[in-house]
Amino acid sequence: MRETGAEMAIDVKEYLRPHVGLSLAERLDLVRRRFADESHIEVDQEAFRSDPDRAVLFICPAQVFKLSEDGATCIVNYEDCLECGTCQVARRYTTWRNPKGGYGVTYRYG
Amino acid sequence: MSSERFEVVIVGAGLSGIAAALTLARAEVEVLVIERGDFPGAKNLFGGILYSGVLAELIPEFWKAAPIERHIVNRRWVTLNEETQVALDLKSAKFDVPPFNNTFTALRSKFDRWFAAQAEAAGAFIINETTVEELIIENGNVAGVRTGRDDGDVLADCVILAEGANALIGEAAGLRPPMSPTNRVNAVKEVLALPPEIIEDRFHLEGNQGAAIEYFGGAVKGMVGSAFIYTNKDSISVGVGCLIEDLLNTKTALYELLDDFKAHPAVAPLLRGGETVEYSTKMIPEDSYDDLSDLYAAGIMLVGDCAGLVNPSIHHEGTNLAMASGVFAAEAFLEAREKKDFSRRGLASYRRRLDDSWVMKDLAHYRDAVHFLRTNREFVDDYQRLAVELVRDYFTVDDTPKAEVRKRLIRRVRDEVAFLRLARQMWRARKTLM
Repeated sequence: MRETGAEMAIDVKEYLRPHVGLSLAERLDLVRRRFADESHIEVDQEAFRSDPDRAVLFICPAQVFKLSEDGATCIVNYEDCLECGTCQVARRYTTWRNPKGGYGVTYRYG
Repeated sequence: MSSERFEVVIVGAGLSGIAAALTLARAEVEVLVIERGDFPGAKNLFGGILYSGVLAELIPEFWKAAPIERHIVNRRWVTLNEETQVALDLKSAKFDVPPFNNTFTALRSKFDRWFAAQAEAAGAFIINETTVEELIIENGNVAGVRTGRDDGDVLADCVILAEGANALIGEAAGLRPPMSPTNRVNAVKEVLALPPEIIEDRFHLEGNQGAAIEYFGGAVKGMVGSAFIYTNKDSISVGVGCLIEDLLNTKTALYELLDDFKAHPAVAPLLRGGETVEYSTKMIPEDSYDDLSDLYAAGIMLVGDCAGLVNPSIHHEGTNLAMASGVFAAEAFLEAREKKDFSRRGLASYRRRLDDSWVMKDLAHYRDAVHFLRTNREFVDDYQRLAVELVRDYFTVDDTPKAEVRKRLIRRVRDEVAFLRLARQMWRARKTLM
């Protein structure tokens, strides 16, 4: 016979509280990443500036691309990259290469 | 200078690459798999459903040994507006016995590692932490691959390209059409840890049974895409994916769309107490059958995601197509080896095998699915909203006479739906989506 709730080792109440969402930075911290010395992503700054949507700023699911304080340059935090390649598909002014072997993300679950 | 030489080099240890490696190794072919991650599976990702018909042929009763999560007995397709969900719910005891409807949840970091170990046990070589940078071309034939390692050239009679959805090598070599916002989905996923007992109670499951729920319409704000919740053994996977074109047009950040989905009143209760233990993202190919290249050339065959082998319809199968293509590529190589002909003509049986199978029959059938949804947006947006609200209003209890409710709903449909257009759309939808 299966255990009933009363006999279960787990505290059911623990799992009835609302799920607590994490910030993006906290979510990125959950993924093991080995950083290479060199960026595997490059941005053609001139083409970025002439993109009225500045699409890479929102399209990257890891928010790798940030706008510099003066609003003129796209900063590339390549260490945060989760290696989906969406940036380059969305805007060809980004050049995305595979990180060197053994670098980048390692998923525990996947 | 001498380079390493194998009969076959496979680029990428995902489901298609490993299926090819296992098939080749069993036929005593010298095969090397080159994987850029720390181990096979380290960088591999999917929503969460492993369709396992081909796997069961490769490894009978794999579910007794493989690190799979749950077999899916309950599938649910849901459409949402901001406050209401309407669902089609399928639960069958027929899916609760082998082969379990060939539908399992899995986590790729664990599963692919195991699957690759089966190929290694059969005699395949796998080298990790090695990135293939380009193909080596000699006299117009693919003759091997150049890796990022020193002295990293590896020569082969044939290369099987299994590089995944971000098909950099295939695109650069002109072996497939360019990736674009209209043929790529971007998806994000979170894995939420929960005890098995809680999952089984919450999703009405027993033992290793699992549930898979797909959400459309308001779940992705009327974009071409979907959201999902899948049950693993002691976690649930929750995610969203949309056509990149739609994300660009609506300026949507996908992780924010995921947060909105998780907060939906019909979704949040399913996630209670779940602790996020992983966040991940991947592109999904939704190339139309009409845009697929030949998928082979002299000395090379493309398999899995980089070939564009994903069924983009509501079935959304990818894992079984990937493994089937890997097996077909291996079989085509074996046939070519008999004649010692690895030219374009020698490898042509790869495409023939795909064409003769359910893989290309399905992709040909759904060739217009994505295009249809992109150009008939009511199907992902207005019609779904209307359907949800009609069902909600029909069952709203407020002491209005039912005849009056019915009249009001019919009036709303008349006001909001252009019937000729709908009739035309339904005719086309029947052919492209069903």
